[in-house]
Amino acid sequence: MRYHPLSEADRRAMLATIGVPSIDALYADAPPATLLKTPLDLPKGRSELDVERFFSRLAERNLPASRAPFFVGAGAYKHHIPASVDHLIQRSEFLTSYTPYQPEISQGTLQYLFEFQTQVALLTGMEVANASMYDGSTATAEAVLMAHRLTRRRKVLLSGGLHPHYAEVVRTVSRLAEDEVETMAPDIRAAEDIIARIDDTLSCVVVQTPDIFGNLRDLTKIAEACHWNGALLVAVFTEAVSLGLVKSPGEMGADIVVGEGQSIGNGLNFGGPYVGLFATRHEFLRQTPGRLAGESVDADGRRSYVLTLSTREQHIRRDKATSNICTNSGLCALAFNIHLTLLGEEGLTRLARVNHANAVLLAELLAEVPRVEVLNETFFNEFTLRVEGDAAELIEKMAARGVLAGVPVSRLLPHADLDDLLIVASTEVNTNEDRDAFVAALKESL
Amino acid sequence: MLDRPALVEPLDDDGTPATFTGNRGLDQEEPLIFEIGRLDATGVDIDAPAPVSNRLGALERAAPIGLPGLTEPETMRHYVRLSRKNYSIDAGLYPLGSCTMKHNPRSNEKIARYEGFADLHPLQPQSTAQGALELMQTLADWLMTLTNMQAAALSPKAGAHGELCGMMAIKSAIAAKGESATRNVVLIPQSAHGTNPATAALLGFSVRVVPAASDGTVRVQAVREALGPDVAAIMLTNPNTCGLFEREIVDIADAVHEAGGYFYCDGANFNAIAGVARPGDFGIDAMHINLHKTFSTPHGGGGPGAGPVVLSERLAPFAPVPFIRRKGDALELVEDAEGSQSFGRLTAFHGQMGMFVRALAYMLAHGGDGLAQASKDAVLAANYVRASLRDVMTQPFGDRICMHEVLFDDAWLRGAGVTTLDFAKAMIDEGYHPMTIYFPLVAHGAMLIEPTESESKASLDLFIATLRDLAQSAKAGDMMRFTQAPRLAPRRRVDETLAARKPVLRWEKKEAVA
Repeated sequence: MRYHPLSEADRRAMLATIGVPSIDALYADAPPATLLKTPLDLPKGRSELDVERFFSRLAERNLPASRAPFFVGAGAYKHHIPASVDHLIQRSEFLTSYTPYQPEISQGTLQYLFEFQTQVALLTGMEVANASMYDGSTATAEAVLMAHRLTRRRKVLLSGGLHPHYAEVVRTVSRLAEDEVETMAPDIRAAEDIIARIDDTLSCVVVQTPDIFGNLRDLTKIAEACHWNGALLVAVFTEAVSLGLVKSPGEMGADIVVGEGQSIGNGLNFGGPYVGLFATRHEFLRQTPGRLAGESVDADGRRSYVLTLSTREQHIRRDKATSNICTNSGLCALAFNIHLTLLGEEGLTRLARVNHANAVLLAELLAEVPRVEVLNETFFNEFTLRVEGDAAELIEKMAARGVLAGVPVSRLLPHADLDDLLIVASTEVNTNEDRDAFVAALKESL
Repeated sequence: MLDRPALVEPLDDDGTPATFTGNRGLDQEEPLIFEIGRLDATGVDIDAPAPVSNRLGALERAAPIGLPGLTEPETMRHYVRLSRKNYSIDAGLYPLGSCTMKHNPRSNEKIARYEGFADLHPLQPQSTAQGALELMQTLADWLMTLTNMQAAALSPKAGAHGELCGMMAIKSAIAAKGESATRNVVLIPQSAHGTNPATAALLGFSVRVVPAASDGTVRVQAVREALGPDVAAIMLTNPNTCGLFEREIVDIADAVHEAGGYFYCDGANFNAIAGVARPGDFGIDAMHINLHKTFSTPHGGGGPGAGPVVLSERLAPFAPVPFIRRKGDALELVEDAEGSQSFGRLTAFHGQMGMFVRALAYMLAHGGDGLAQASKDAVLAANYVRASLRDVMTQPFGDRICMHEVLFDDAWLRGAGVTTLDFAKAMIDEGYHPMTIYFPLVAHGAMLIEPTESESKASLDLFIATLRDLAQSAKAGDMMRFTQAPRLAPRRRVDETLAARKPVLRWEKKEAVA
């Protein structure tokens, strides 16, 4: 087997040193009845060529984003990633290293995490950020738990504009942790009166902008109402590129900002791995979940980085930890860090403008299509369409015409009776031809 | 003329000549992007946006963000230089016990980047992603076969997330029986990973610690004494974190079940037994499998991982959404928990697809026979290290066969003035990443070594010879080699107390000096 360096002779020599007759003798502690007497019913090993052939055949049965005019978003976005990002993250020293528990030989990882934390803090308008979470949805659930710890209250209010899957993740964790969650009705036009629902029993309010339907939301007054009532505002985003053009949640008074970082540096990957971003105020640091890279000095006084404040974490605090998270999204955070370094402020702003402009162009074209209505007043690169008939059936028909047109709201909210809504995203990858293909396929499929 | 770069402190008191740049040969200092980047520099050329009337309402950003940019050549150099400050499994033996730093095949990286997987959106029509669903189902089938369990939940994002998944299924099953009010204790051995008690606490369980016997394993008698009508579950790692097979595991499972509880098995150490024994045959109810350990997906400097959970028949109905179901000729992803007993959703989408591809590629390359060989070679390597060091180092539970990792303590260092930490740091000067230290907590000054099946005999022999030499040095009182270590790494010991006392967690623009 190409991955196993030991030869039979090596094995015999090693067994002799150990003083046992066979490897099987090393399993003597296992109850004999639990050891397999015959090999499992699994195929034999295969060559590299053969394995690649197997996966090529599977891959051919999928329609990738780059092979179709592509407008699917709702929490994950197709962006162009510079080749240097993927090249750099495949350097052995990044790809095949462990969590940087030995700082003397992990400064590469620790420094990029420190840079990543700074970038996330700047982008979100917050004071500090952690070294990543699994994804935006789990980061949101962690933010809610952190708000409970900070306020010693156990009730949370979720906006009707929050990604329904994020809301489900929060509800799942909270229900099992025996906390109380109120979810507002789906709020297609960002019209909900969330402020009227805020009182002093809430630990936090969770609001997404741009929201799941694409609307931009001003969080300023919600933040004021939260603070007046001793509650925290958790602001969520699923499209990190939006922060290049839209006012940051920190500027609008958010206390904890969480979001999905996939858009920067990370591919779609059918849902993962992604990178959760988590930023907050300095005063809340000791209740923050996850790893933190901090600056220090080494024995020679040279600037160095090290994982810090680990007394919050499970490997030290066990059942008193701020979270059970251990492995996070290190390499995805590196991809984010590299891509954002390549972009810089100049590139990110321009990228965000192109995204917005492409979405506006598409919305303008669609506004001319009969039996279709663009519902949004405001949006960044994603908006909601009302179509005649069932949006889920419509996208299947459009897919048959080679266009991946968006996400039907019924896929996210199957019981909300919103079957005629379609969430459409447009990024820098879309061309005029893509938009024309969208409109043509839509007209033929309606 | 340039002054000496201000960011770099001179190095001289260890006898190394200071250099003008602070660099030494291939060991190059590298500032932060915030110190070398510019707000107007970019490494990405983007066409101008089409002129449109803005639909941002009043929410356009007014203030600058402050993000520096670098051109592509500068970016390459920055990150290549940073990378060279990292140890990696590709560069050397990485004996971190409990972490399983085995070889990461590059074919798996290539396959994970096939457009048909990497460029698929989780919410595109399922009719356009049948190959991806087939892949996920195939992975689930392999996991169920390897463990003899009846269901697999793929969505957990890492081991700790898998623990959460398994314990949520258990909590839901208890609720379905109407026992939520009474069953609120989880039994956890002292040697457990910190994630176990943290997970139990997150779900509102209180933790009752089960003591280990003098041989480092948990006895069914100790479990029986801790059991009661208030016990929801036991969380037990097998092989355990001391690298030992829990000999009474079947009896423990029976005792827990008789008392009306569930058995959660922490599968972090599945790599010792994959293809050799099936956890389902131990009587477990749930177990997470770290694809980034047993099935070699790269650790990536701390993630991403993947932690699918296998479940027994009685927990299967509570599995999270989404899950895959066959519908005629097609596969369907069930995403709606309503109307079922599913406990809900753990993450926005379907899990770590990128890791599923790599793990399944690893499985197919090995086959059932190759996976068993990998487990056996890992166990062989750990025992070889044990047998080769047993005369110079001490083991907390006596010299006995171990599984894929061998645990030493610091009894042999007593009186030498060298701590476990010093010993670990001295390994760095010898070109090795240290083993896991001070874990598990049941051994004093623990040193947990996991060589994995990826090492050749020659590599193991050099490692053993190095540890023997270090051990003799320590006993001979050659303090410098330990208390001053590491001297030859990119950094010497880092002041962790300073970092925690005055946390600096981001770069801040220095105020200009007037």
